Amino acid sequence: MRDVAVIGIGITKFGELWDKSFRNLIAEAGAKAIIDSGISGKELNAIYVGSMSAGRFIGQENIGTLVSDASGFSHLHIPTVRVESADASGGLAFRQGYLSVASGMNDIVVVGGVEKMTDVIGIEATDTLATGLDQEWEAFFGSTLAAEYAMIATKHMHDYNTTREQLAQVAVKNHANGALNPNAQYRRAMPIESILRSPMEAYPLSMMDSAPVSDGAAAVILCPADKAKKYTKKPVKIIGSGQASDTLALHGRKKICTFESTVKAAEMAYRQSGKKPSDINVAEVHDCYTISEILAIEDLGFIKKGEGGSAIDKKITTLDGKLPVNTSGGLKSKGHPLGATGIAQVVEIVTQLRGDADQRQVKNAKIGLTQNVGGVGASCVVHIMEGM
Amino acid sequence: MDKVGIISYGAHIPRFRIKTEEIAKAWGKDPITISKGLGINEKSVPSPDQDVATISVEAARAALKRININPQEIGAIYVGSESHPYAVKPTGTIVGEAIRATPLLMVADYEFACKAATAGIQTCMSLVKADMIKYGMAIGSDTSQAAPGDALEYAASAGGAAFIIGNQNIIASINDTCSYTTDTPDFWRREGKKYPAHGGRFTGTPAYFKHITNNAKNLMEKLDTKPQDYKYAIFHQPNGKFPVRVAKMLGFSIEQIQQGLLCPNIGNTYSGATMLGLASVLDVAKPGDRIFLTSYGSGAGSDAFDITVTQNIKKLKKNNAPLVSELIENKKYVDYSTYAKYRDLLYYD
Repeated sequence: MRDVAVIGIGITKFGELWDKSFRNLIAEAGAKAIIDSGISGKELNAIYVGSMSAGRFIGQENIGTLVSDASGFSHLHIPTVRVESADASGGLAFRQGYLSVASGMNDIVVVGGVEKMTDVIGIEATDTLATGLDQEWEAFFGSTLAAEYAMIATKHMHDYNTTREQLAQVAVKNHANGALNPNAQYRRAMPIESILRSPMEAYPLSMMDSAPVSDGAAAVILCPADKAKKYTKKPVKIIGSGQASDTLALHGRKKICTFESTVKAAEMAYRQSGKKPSDINVAEVHDCYTISEILAIEDLGFIKKGEGGSAIDKKITTLDGKLPVNTSGGLKSKGHPLGATGIAQVVEIVTQLRGDADQRQVKNAKIGLTQNVGGVGASCVVHIMEGM
Repeated sequence: MDKVGIISYGAHIPRFRIKTEEIAKAWGKDPITISKGLGINEKSVPSPDQDVATISVEAARAALKRININPQEIGAIYVGSESHPYAVKPTGTIVGEAIRATPLLMVADYEFACKAATAGIQTCMSLVKADMIKYGMAIGSDTSQAAPGDALEYAASAGGAAFIIGNQNIIASINDTCSYTTDTPDFWRREGKKYPAHGGRFTGTPAYFKHITNNAKNLMEKLDTKPQDYKYAIFHQPNGKFPVRVAKMLGFSIEQIQQGLLCPNIGNTYSGATMLGLASVLDVAKPGDRIFLTSYGSGAGSDAFDITVTQNIKKLKKNNAPLVSELIENKKYVDYSTYAKYRDLLYYD
């Protein structure tokens, strides 16, 4: 296995981008990443792209080919791979691109993630999100992502005395960070009252506890680490990659306040990197709901199980805290264009490790981590990266 | 431009009202958040005996009561609505017969979401200017539909207004008009569907605001006018918030839009909305007052008008028919279950 580095990053603005199509978005992110890396298009060996449900959102499949074509690479006839694991599709595409370069099969690959969610009405978006659940046992009976995360939140509150306010504080923190991110969907700080007062989705989670419906794309360029400096002064090395799965339906699990997929994927990434949770300086985690961030910081080993809520109170994860989490604004404020999310997390960590995050820069950020979850913890991808 | 304008007008609003609070309660929503968020306190509700034909006839008769013309001299009737009682069979024929304007009469029903009626005014203006008719009648009237539980339910209401267009004894001259149209699917109802669908926030910036601001600016640029030149402004009012925001965006003040802003107390009367707003303004306007009107219809388009009130408005027998403010005040509240019965929400296939 060769070491692999990220040499270029590109991201679109996230939001309700009514004047941009799926192909506009991914082509824009890809072009930005290519320009940022300094490679020329003809050096590309393969394209990987994460997209959860282009078929349902825009009625389009054969996404790999579309992305290559829309980006102007059809004449290269290179392999294109579309990767899907619900809203972990981006993180998983990143891992597949990483593995292909690490294996020696490819030298330079572009990995993109994209989703165009606002071409369908709200209820259709909710139904499509629920396809990340077990359709036969959960979604068919009316369960939604919000309902299941709400069950987890209720249980967490019961078992660990986590409070409604602590959940809301996750959103407050992430909105404060998102306000500093020019690409975020919601660039404004939100007081806790606004979170608590927003319409209830599924108790205890209200609308402002959940990530929005978003359009957006992100892309990164990978190459063998020993060649990275040829292209960029500030490459970022992937030092750990982990992926794990769990039962598709929530009811099949022994515990619901722990995502074993996160625990196992993190173990794999920590083992490979030789790092431990306390070595991480900055993390982007999958806060599709506020409770998800609390689970994530516990399952990744940053905080003891059950203390995620009080860690929020202690401001451990704020921008100036001991371990800043979701400096980009997270899924909550930056936006959550499903397939793009995992790649956008990598873009944020690379930006931090390069020292290019302006007002939201974490001081002395050397090692960063991303955690991307598919469904309600059914799959998880974790990456650890280090500046070179 | 040869003089053309309004020679009379009339309005009708069903007397039943339902409060925003009552609808919110039925759906377990917070009434204050919704009422404040939409800027709507209550909306009009048509009774089971009222439809676009009856509302149009009431408004048309009100317009005729205020002047002394022979209905046989009305050469065209255009009824704009998105709730015509028949899919095939024009409402205009019923109105024409009811006001005795048939049979030497051009009739067509118009549909352009909430701006069909202002398109009707433009057609009447053209026919009058071309000397093809003496008088034309443009009516905007709706008993608009909203799926139970949809956000539209707080706004979709009923009402209408009729304007008689001609070139003699004009009470308000229409100095100019222009339109702005694109293919923008922000709100629609497919053939055979009972309720419309909409694109949520997409109905805002790229739809309502884009079309109204562009069209309004185009007209003011063409006429070399500015917002301060107008005494009154009327903007389409799908809720109580959008018209206030669009007025601000264009540089109009709250005082300028207040008289024509009816949505907070009667809801969105769709094709009737800007027409009723104009009727409300004409109820109080004085000779020389200049009025700026911009409608909006989803799908999408906007018609803008520059209007000047003339001395003849003093001769108009306004009190022969109810003023808009009287129609608004004449009300009786219904609860949600009565509303559900009146609006046929309890039907099943």
